[in-house]
Amino acid sequence: MPTDTIPRPTRPSPWRNPAVRSMVVQVLFVAAVLALGAFLVHNTVVNLRRQNIAGGFGFLDREAAFGIGEALIAYTPADTYARAFLVGLLNTLYVAGLGVVLATILGTVMGIARLSRNWLVSKLAQIYVETFRNIPLLLQLFFWWGLLRETAPAPRLAWQPLPDVFVSNRGIAFAVPSPDPAYGWMALAFLVGLAATIGAFRWARQRQAQTGQQFPTGWIGLGLVVGLPLAMFLLSGAPLTLDRPEMKGFNFTGGHAVSPEFAALLLGLVIYSGTFIAEIVRAGILAVSWGQTEAAMALGLHPIQRMRLIVLPQALRVIIPPMTSQYLSLTKNSSLAVAIGYPDLVSVTNTMINQTGQAVEGIAMIMAVYLTISLIISALMNVYNRSVALVER
Amino acid sequence: MTIRRWVGVLAALCIGLGWVAGAQAGPTLDKVKAAGQISCGVPTGVAGFAAPDSQGHWAGFDVDVCRALSAAIFGAADKVKYVPLTAQQRFTALQSGEVDLLSNNTTDTLQRDTALGFNFAPVVFYDGQGFMVPKKLGVKSAKELNGATICVQPGTTTELNLADYFRANKMEFKPVVIEKLDEALNAFFSGRCDVYTGDSSALNANRLSQAPNPDDYIILPERISKEPLAPVVRHGDEEWNDIVRWMVYALIEAEEKGITQKNVDEMLKSDAPDIKRMLGVTPGMGKNLGLDEKWAYNEIKLVGNYGEIFDRTLGKDTELKFERGLNNLWTHGGLMYAMPIR
Repeated sequence: MPTDTIPRPTRPSPWRNPAVRSMVVQVLFVAAVLALGAFLVHNTVVNLRRQNIAGGFGFLDREAAFGIGEALIAYTPADTYARAFLVGLLNTLYVAGLGVVLATILGTVMGIARLSRNWLVSKLAQIYVETFRNIPLLLQLFFWWGLLRETAPAPRLAWQPLPDVFVSNRGIAFAVPSPDPAYGWMALAFLVGLAATIGAFRWARQRQAQTGQQFPTGWIGLGLVVGLPLAMFLLSGAPLTLDRPEMKGFNFTGGHAVSPEFAALLLGLVIYSGTFIAEIVRAGILAVSWGQTEAAMALGLHPIQRMRLIVLPQALRVIIPPMTSQYLSLTKNSSLAVAIGYPDLVSVTNTMINQTGQAVEGIAMIMAVYLTISLIISALMNVYNRSVALVER
Repeated sequence: MTIRRWVGVLAALCIGLGWVAGAQAGPTLDKVKAAGQISCGVPTGVAGFAAPDSQGHWAGFDVDVCRALSAAIFGAADKVKYVPLTAQQRFTALQSGEVDLLSNNTTDTLQRDTALGFNFAPVVFYDGQGFMVPKKLGVKSAKELNGATICVQPGTTTELNLADYFRANKMEFKPVVIEKLDEALNAFFSGRCDVYTGDSSALNANRLSQAPNPDDYIILPERISKEPLAPVVRHGDEEWNDIVRWMVYALIEAEEKGITQKNVDEMLKSDAPDIKRMLGVTPGMGKNLGLDEKWAYNEIKLVGNYGEIFDRTLGKDTELKFERGLNNLWTHGGLMYAMPIR
């Protein structure tokens, strides 16, 4: 048999090449996802047009014509929908920002308390965590709101636990200093003091690393942060006129008032998220091996130093990532405000959607805003996480 | 590779066509007949208008509108699926096709008729917005409400009228906006708000049915708006719109002609040509609507005429004891006036 009859090996079909195959599958998948998205958008637009529902964001310039109960910036029904949206957004940021700070404090305290060697303290912390972690947040909100509403008296019979503080079913009204230019300077002095403290702290750490000598940064910092604004206050002649709440007609005017809706929402969010944060903190501290503490004891560090210098920096590496999720869910949970009448972003936008019929645009705006807030929180937390992460060499 | 792509494209196309077809969904009447029931959006519970009774059956004025439509289409009043909707949910539910009509105390406005893509059936209840306050507040007129805290439901014309009224009168107010009706009323009755505002008929129903002690609350005399409440359907199905319109007119016409649930069978023997036309003794009207010739007969036989529905759910036969007022027949000084059925 002639040897040239042996068939030349043919090139295998590209389909048999795993690299090509996986490339093709991925391209097809992306194309399908894009096609589906495009189809959904197209379908929505066609359907809206068929029902003669006007689209677009032009409505944002129109007059809102509805009232909003609480606003951090000046707002009247004569303002535009865009401004109403901003009012809602600021209300959301306000409650979420405060909630994150307070929940972190409460959670950290409770997390450490659960590890306490004192039986009562650790049991109380455990009861707190197990109770509030396992009741749906919405029910808790209704509970706090109902409690604040039903137990407090009418405004005319308001309790007065402190001078110029009134508690009624309209909320808590208290005196605040009337605006004065001196307060702006005090804020500036505070920022200067803060910057100087951070500088002093860095310098002291460097010096300690080089010479081993310690420097009382704590006291100096306190002096700078508190003393500078105080000096500014005294220098400008101590202008302290209080804006006092006063019962006028139906309600208190003047001063500052915290509504029951805001209080209930903040309380609910803080107590609920605090339980998760407590568990995260506890887990983080337990993750640091006992040997580290023993080593610190051998070096003669006292308990607070041990916590601050040895345990906490290592625990933070475990704590930060799940903490980020908690901050994100707290922020998103604040949208439950709609159930108890706090005018947050969702509540205001819902009204907007109803008055204008622009449901698609409205929902898109809500989603875009929550997405943006969440991405910012998670970016900030990632930056912080990188700063505490183990430096690997 | 190419085959796979074509399969993908084909699949996408099939899904696409299916969804587009689903969204267009043909005339509503066909859909309703195929489903064997009407999906009717009603309020989440307002005494007299729509609330489940002690046996759990929906009852009330808005409910009877749905039942009359069911009677006209199916010859049976109970082919209705009731979908309770809050003021905020209702328009999306109608736009998306989740319900076939709203019988939901909806005010007929230009904005809703045009930008939201709806058609309004004839007005079934003429209402006006009012204010409810606790008696002990000592307020006698809405003009004294400067600075008051006011509970209101969102997504209603109520919320806008409220802001308009206070602006027009140069007064301030603090709204507390709560979506669920029950929660809004609870907040008011527990003293969170000085005032609760809504359509005056509903206010009265809320006061009688939900206040801890109804006599502690009064409704201020001012009516700050016109609230013509009407059933609503989607744009784009004229046949369905016609059916709902004439279903309402038949109820009103029947009262005017003195046709009642009791005497409708005798009326079949009437010599009056207009009654014969309406009750289908002389055929033609039902065919024009695409319904059985007995459509109006069935409405009256199974649900009653407008006056009977009103008296049974809101009027003299109930605890609410609403006056007919504007909702009386035009022949009795009211605004109820049916277009001729011919």
